[in-house]
Amino acid sequence: MAIERTYAEINEKIRAGRAVVLTAEEVVALVAEKGVAEAARQVDVVTTGTFSPMCSSGLFLNFGHAKPRIRMQKVRLNGVPAYTGIAAVDAYLGATELPEDDPCNSNYPGEFRYGGGHVIQDLVAHKPVRLEALSYGTDCYPRRELDTTITLDEINEATLFNPRNAYQNYNCAVNLSSRTIYTYMGMLKPGLGNAHYSSAGQLSPLLKDPEFLTIGMGTRIFLGGGVGYVAWHGTQHFPGVQTDADGKNYGPAGGTLAVIGDLKQMSPEWLVGTSYLGYGATLTVGIGIPIPILNEEVMRFASVSDHDLYAPVVDYSEAYGQRIPGNLGYTSYAELKSGKIVINGKEIPTAPLSSYPRAREIASTLKEWITKGAFNLTEPVKLLPSHKDGIKANVLDVKA
Amino acid sequence: MSPKKIVLRFSANISDKPIIYNLVKDYNLIFNIIKAHVNPQKEGTMVLELYGEKYEEGLEYLEGQGVKIQPLTEEVTRNENRCTSCGACTAICPTGALHLERPSMEVRFDSDSCVLCQLCLKVCPVRAMEVRF
Repeated sequence: MAIERTYAEINEKIRAGRAVVLTAEEVVALVAEKGVAEAARQVDVVTTGTFSPMCSSGLFLNFGHAKPRIRMQKVRLNGVPAYTGIAAVDAYLGATELPEDDPCNSNYPGEFRYGGGHVIQDLVAHKPVRLEALSYGTDCYPRRELDTTITLDEINEATLFNPRNAYQNYNCAVNLSSRTIYTYMGMLKPGLGNAHYSSAGQLSPLLKDPEFLTIGMGTRIFLGGGVGYVAWHGTQHFPGVQTDADGKNYGPAGGTLAVIGDLKQMSPEWLVGTSYLGYGATLTVGIGIPIPILNEEVMRFASVSDHDLYAPVVDYSEAYGQRIPGNLGYTSYAELKSGKIVINGKEIPTAPLSSYPRAREIASTLKEWITKGAFNLTEPVKLLPSHKDGIKANVLDVKA
Repeated sequence: MSPKKIVLRFSANISDKPIIYNLVKDYNLIFNIIKAHVNPQKEGTMVLELYGEKYEEGLEYLEGQGVKIQPLTEEVTRNENRCTSCGACTAICPTGALHLERPSMEVRFDSDSCVLCQLCLKVCPVRAMEVRF
């Protein structure tokens, strides 16, 4: 009789301290030994994790009202502009925002040493952050300027809201040109000099529930060292299955998540300000998602290994930037993690940008929280759309 | 005897003379040039890895030629608290001093293999690499 579990049953076991929890990496080994059916019988929850740069991240802030009150029109935090086109003392600080005087790539390649992501890390580390604000002044909000310091504990809300995180899969970037290029996939050496990939592979959340059988709005997750939730699908959520010209299936790609959580219970170890030479500043985010083993199909997906998860190899010197479709073939995460892949007959060294040891630590931490009864799973309010919903990607047509 | 890394400075009047060649010919020393640079004022700087039985005699010869010698104290270090083992440095490091240990996928830094190219300082996304003198 095939196993069937409900969220209520799993949470009851968690409460009783009897839940059997494995990380996605551990479950690969279990299934290899015992098969999917037996593993599904034994295991209640599989935990996943990823720790990677996630540019579509940012913080909603409410500073509280000054005396006299100000209706902020321009805001800077440690010199980095935040968006304040909402309520008087509400603002949104984006991870990739740079100070107005940042030289960017004027002395190429630029360093992008300090941006929104670094401010977010400073805030979550409880460091004092300079807050500057300007206003055109109104009768009810007479104050025109403000220059002070704040800390995370002193302000009202600091709600991390990341419109696109936890990419289901990502490209493996190479450089076919004859000069070094600097991209969000790192420094890429000319003539297929190196290949960079960015995924936790078999530990990665959306690669382990590719059809969104369990992940949806309201799913409770590990976020930035604390607890967060899946709020919505992320921007550019185009869940699909990768195929080559012959129709061979190369596994899932294209899904994304929008996540939300209270910064005040997160930690600077899991929200790290990041700079990519020649590209920009961003935030590296730690996310972990528990997958309830509701049935065998869920376990089948959750136990896929790096050998059966693939990334497309894409040229970032021209094809990517010029939006030329196609790729140089698919390579498995097992091949990528081995340190060398072969493209166009050439052996190329590979490197990750996503920290697998940190992903492992997130999955283990989430496993510990659940096993100790400190973390219950939530049944989503609504599952996220999957590739079966046929979402079509739009591109931006620049009209003459 | 393990190779020593030394910094040699050549004044403008000797930087075009063949000096390193004599370390091999007369003193039978083994060398590895890690860095060599001549500035617009024709002053030369060289970082050399040098070893052999007549190492001390070789250094005396260099000093006799007017070359200033200092041990290499400049070094690249990794701040292990900042490093997240993302791996972005590992396919950039030309000598493999920064490399991934498998199967843990943790980044390791073997400073003996480092040639101070300092690419890692620029490329590390979380500024975990530092240079010290």
